[in-house]
Amino acid sequence: MASVFIIGELINGMYVSIAKAIRTKDKSIIQKCALDQISAGADALDVNCGPASKQPLEDIQWLVKAIEEVTDKTIVLDSSKPAVIESGLKAVSNKVIINSTTADAQKMAMLVPLAKKYNAKLIGLAMNVKGVPQNKDQRLELAATVVATCVEYDFPVEDLYLDPIVMPVNVSQGAMADILESIREFKIISEPPPKTVVGLSNVSQGAINRSLINRTFLAMAIAFGLDAAILDPLDKELMDALITAELIVNKQIYCDSYLDAYRKK
Amino acid sequence: MAVEPLIEKWQGKVAQVTIGATAKDGGTRSHVVTVGGETGLPFLAESAPMPNKPVVAFEIWDIAPADWPDELAAIYKSAWNDPFAWAQKCVADYKAQLLCVKLQGSHPDNGKKTATQQQKFVAGLLNKVKVPLIIIGCGDDETDNLVLPACCEAAKGEKCLVGSAVQDNYKTLAASAFADGHSIIAESPIDINIAKQLNILISDMGIPLDRLVIDPTIGALGYGLEYAYSIMERARLSALSGDKMVAMPFICFAGQEASRAKESRVSVKDFPQWGDEKDRACMWEALTASSLIQAGADILVMRHPVAAAQINKYIEDLSA
Repeated sequence: MASVFIIGELINGMYVSIAKAIRTKDKSIIQKCALDQISAGADALDVNCGPASKQPLEDIQWLVKAIEEVTDKTIVLDSSKPAVIESGLKAVSNKVIINSTTADAQKMAMLVPLAKKYNAKLIGLAMNVKGVPQNKDQRLELAATVVATCVEYDFPVEDLYLDPIVMPVNVSQGAMADILESIREFKIISEPPPKTVVGLSNVSQGAINRSLINRTFLAMAIAFGLDAAILDPLDKELMDALITAELIVNKQIYCDSYLDAYRKK
Repeated sequence: MAVEPLIEKWQGKVAQVTIGATAKDGGTRSHVVTVGGETGLPFLAESAPMPNKPVVAFEIWDIAPADWPDELAAIYKSAWNDPFAWAQKCVADYKAQLLCVKLQGSHPDNGKKTATQQQKFVAGLLNKVKVPLIIIGCGDDETDNLVLPACCEAAKGEKCLVGSAVQDNYKTLAASAFADGHSIIAESPIDINIAKQLNILISDMGIPLDRLVIDPTIGALGYGLEYAYSIMERARLSALSGDKMVAMPFICFAGQEASRAKESRVSVKDFPQWGDEKDRACMWEALTASSLIQAGADILVMRHPVAAAQINKYIEDLSA
């Protein structure tokens, strides 16, 4: 019944303005970006120093501290480098999610104990060093590996978000149905079930109608039981589609002002 | 192997509404009644203790009712020609902690008492009894829009609960009740979509959500109780899942609906197999109210003193 958990994606060093704010240590830009996303409906904020950061261990801590000055929403530490994640964890006092681990044993051996130590939730990707899975069975196998490893480390599976890896529709059109179905099937891997998450914007990478593709995919993913999404909450039409999709699957009670009602939540 | 009880944890919380103000808060009531604040389903103490138990409010009118069942007439007839005496009887004889006065005498069909008359009546009632008050209009929109603001003013500072705001007529009542420090009953016709919409409309006027109580409209046992139950349950589950626009306490007019039921009215002479109507009227109301408590009702407006006593005991027993 719970609403889709919304993770705002905009504090990311790959955006020029954020990269510049990190470089010049301009807190106000980061804080405004955080508050804008929250007032648009974000439950959590993804934080990524970006590829240009020369000192990510320091930058991630600076970002976390700047954000926590203005909000107590959940921080999502986003890096492929466990050292950067750990550095972020040391600085965080809000609730926190690690974004992310792959299904590789070596990586999970570092990140799962870290998640436990810092009482963090964890995003697990259905991929490994060999790359992105080619079909639904591979996705399910990788997801099951992540779940099994978490159980091994005694990490609570309900704190795990599984990401089926959303591919750009103009690259992997044939994979879309598999990705959507995986969202539903991940939930039956264990009891209590893991949660599911997608990095939404990837679906429209390189396409022209990005917002339309994003919101259409999101609505479909919600129909398959999606729990969380990393997205741009400032895209109003995307948020309208999300709210309406929740209405259609009976997660919200209908009323004529249901869009306003959701935004007052 | 021991069975692990499955404990449900909810993220949402029902708003908490306080009715009445003592001298400390600028009123003249002897005590206050607080309802709502639930973080779980009713009486599941292990998953979510109830911060406030459901309460019974005794229903009285400003005029002698013509259509109450004989059984109720027998109980109240000696007092109900004088509404002050009726109110005092409920407090003194039946230990009412909360009174719900319906200003039925303003209705065009019932003599059309003026706003000034009703204002005086409410002021007098507040003087005669010291329990917190719920004030209900006669249901005629045009009349209520004149009478209720006048009564709100007469009761200023007493933190009453005033109703009822409906989808087509909520602005005047909501604005005047709020301005004079009262809370508001938002009534919808057994329709969860309208209930939610009305709460949004009222909150858009700048009225905080902890000043609203939902009247979902109920049916008595045998007259749509299950439907009302399912609406209330759906709203409450959604409230507990985080939907603030339905997260208000419920008020249910159990006495009014139970007395409409044929089973509360017809005599044993006409229906010998149904047993004594005295017991029947009381049981019908008690069963209606106890079912509504399980659906999440916070305020039960009741008529029959024995049914009210049974419900109070039921609440005590479930809380033990």
